Amino acid sequence: MTDSEDAASGPIAVERVDLSFGDVSVLENVSLTIESGEFVGLVGPNGAGKTTLLRAISGALEPDTGRVTIDDVDIHDVSSRASSRLVSVVPQDTSLSFSFSVRDVVEMGRYPHRSRFSPPTQADRDAIDRALERTRTEALADRPIDEISGGQRQRVVLARAVAQETPALLLDEPTGSLDINHQIETLELVRELVESGRAVCAAIHDLDLAARYCDRLVMLADGGVRRTGSPADVLSADTLSDVFDSNAAVTENPVTGTETVTALPATESSARDDGEAAGSEPSIPPETPDRVHILGSGSAATGVLARLHNAGVRTSLGPIPSGDIAAETARRLERDRIEVPPFDSVSESDIAAFEAAVTASDAVVLADVTVSSGNQLLLEKLPAGTPLVVVETRPFEDRHFAGDEARRLYDECCSRAREADSAGVLEAVSWAVAKHDESIDPEKEDTGSTNSTTGTARTN
Amino acid sequence: MKRSVRTVSWSAGLGSLLVAVVIVSAGLGSVWIEPQIVAKAILNAIVIPAGVEIERAAVPLVGGSIPFPDPTYASVFSFDIATTDQVIVETLRLPRIALAATVGFALAAAGTVMQGFFRNPLADPSIIGVSSGAAAGAVAAIAFPALIPFGGLHFAAFVGALGTAFLVYAIATDGGRTPVATLLLAGIAVQAFLGAAISYMLVYSGDDLREATVWMMGHLQNSSWGDVGFALPVTLVGVLILGGFTREMNVLLLGEEDAQHLGVNVERTKLLLLALASIVTAAGVAVAGVIGFVGLVVPHIMRLLVGPDHRILLPTSTLAGGSFLVATDTIARLDSVSLPLGIEFGMPVVPVGIVTAALGAPFFLFLLTRREVHSV
Repeated sequence: MTDSEDAASGPIAVERVDLSFGDVSVLENVSLTIESGEFVGLVGPNGAGKTTLLRAISGALEPDTGRVTIDDVDIHDVSSRASSRLVSVVPQDTSLSFSFSVRDVVEMGRYPHRSRFSPPTQADRDAIDRALERTRTEALADRPIDEISGGQRQRVVLARAVAQETPALLLDEPTGSLDINHQIETLELVRELVESGRAVCAAIHDLDLAARYCDRLVMLADGGVRRTGSPADVLSADTLSDVFDSNAAVTENPVTGTETVTALPATESSARDDGEAAGSEPSIPPETPDRVHILGSGSAATGVLARLHNAGVRTSLGPIPSGDIAAETARRLERDRIEVPPFDSVSESDIAAFEAAVTASDAVVLADVTVSSGNQLLLEKLPAGTPLVVVETRPFEDRHFAGDEARRLYDECCSRAREADSAGVLEAVSWAVAKHDESIDPEKEDTGSTNSTTGTARTN
Repeated sequence: MKRSVRTVSWSAGLGSLLVAVVIVSAGLGSVWIEPQIVAKAILNAIVIPAGVEIERAAVPLVGGSIPFPDPTYASVFSFDIATTDQVIVETLRLPRIALAATVGFALAAAGTVMQGFFRNPLADPSIIGVSSGAAAGAVAAIAFPALIPFGGLHFAAFVGALGTAFLVYAIATDGGRTPVATLLLAGIAVQAFLGAAISYMLVYSGDDLREATVWMMGHLQNSSWGDVGFALPVTLVGVLILGGFTREMNVLLLGEEDAQHLGVNVERTKLLLLALASIVTAAGVAVAGVIGFVGLVVPHIMRLLVGPDHRILLPTSTLAGGSFLVATDTIARLDSVSLPLGIEFGMPVVPVGIVTAALGAPFFLFLLTRREVHSV
């Protein structure tokens, strides 16, 4: 934890900064340091002051008290030209609606290094080429900036900041408007910049991504630093529920070993937490199943996948659109998955693969299933006796895109399924399988994953 | 193609176009003069300072005399052409053409800067009230000559223009910052107020109404080399300094906060761009009245042709503005055209502002329907 009494030592040092807009205090006594080669994520709810803090560090906003230094230079004491040689910024809004070429935009990053009337030097050209290469935008160099995709544009703006060649780099919600592939791509690039010695500070809304890529997190709430430290320290369920006003499940992300956060509506979650411990079921968890198939997408399916994977349960997933966070997680974990191209409907072979995976599994988890006409076909193929668990984090109406028949089918599945949240999914699956086994055959065989009624004695 | 090569080739092309337009325009009129003779007459008109003679002037009241320098000029070329042709080109047609080119440079350059500055495709050189201020100054000088004791019409218009720009800037500036939106709205409010003042003065201007109205419609008649001697240096110096800030204009297109992060001193640059664009506009408007559409349409056309990069847009727009206004003023000034092969026809003489708007507005509408003009 960085204390406000710490002496400024890193390239970026924020010392006891207070900042207010008129009568409204936005930052109160904020202190933090960021070392070279360190990636610090600013997390916290909307209105916590993340963007304001970044603007104070960049020099765009002058604090009422306190100071911000970068490489021991007070950023508010020097000209914008001098400060722009110390810190570069990737803004939140990168909609550039005029047709400069990509190279011209990146060249603007050289502005602070150039004198008024001289043409670009070799050093400028080299810096531009390096920035394009680093952000893998060389191929776009001659394209107009208003004709490339949002993800590419984000990389170009990053290239512009790279060309600025500053010891400190600030990013405001760099992944806000990107799909998951581009979010990961962008943060991988940022990570490379960190490894090359920059001090990087980013406001990141997505706690999972923040935990995955940042060395340290700073949790802001109500204009103050609530907690700083490693992602594991900061993203404790206590801190999160305190700061975000809701209960959260924090699990270890199986891909990177960092924290995965699932925020749950406060009331529902606490009710379930209690229910799990003091419900009608005996509190001793039964044996965990051997293999589970997951149908669903998004953070719910990812959370289920992570939970089951950590418990040593073999999982399969899908059909799921490529690029979905759950698909990405399954890919990294080298789990079985049935991927379909985004926005494509499921094909005959996908359905066959789904049926095979369900047959091979002990149970099926429906995790925020999108009730579309494609998934309707899948639900129809679910054998009536399959042990089912339903995990729902998003309201049904947000996921319902098909007719009443699909709704009826989904409701029917839910009626014979156990409900759980992603933190309690392992227990729920275990109970579902145990009940199912009891009703068919109390004897259990240990023959692997080929029979839907088998389970192993692996425990959590 | 490299940008510098593009800039030079576009500028050379538009420079050549300007020369061609000037030569054709100087040949057109009630007497047709061959282009090669026009070219010779123009070259004959070029003089350079040849030396300085010391003259003595009597000092009134005190008696005696003091010496003062009187530069002498020498012609560079002396082609042998008919004296009438030389006189027609040099003293009748060329001052007006030179002034049209100057005002075209000024309005197109200022329009380019303002559109980029406000990131608004509808911005034009007079968006912060420069033209209204000039009109108010000029109408006041016409309607109430006694109120403007010295300097005359041009001076009153120039002062009115700059005074208005400064007033709008001062109103919109708060705590060292000048938000562009406030500037825009303050400009609209001040223009509305000046419009009322002008109307009031027109009501009481009596016999001067026609002169004031013609002034406000934009005019280049009765141009003299003296007008050119005032407007051209101001315009050239202004545009050259603006040319040194084209990279700042580009970076400002990204938005002010981005520009600051890239090292631009935003408020100082805004003040400088606004001041230079206003001075250049004021110089043009003071001598030629309110000529619409040049500063709005020419930068748009050039942006469609060369792109938004001010390093190429500013010089090309400036040159194209000169050609555009010389061409439209030629149409405006001709009462009859006599061409070779005995072609002759008459046409009405109108203020140039009518021609620029009559040609510019349909062309602009054509652009709007054919090309999507999303932004600057």
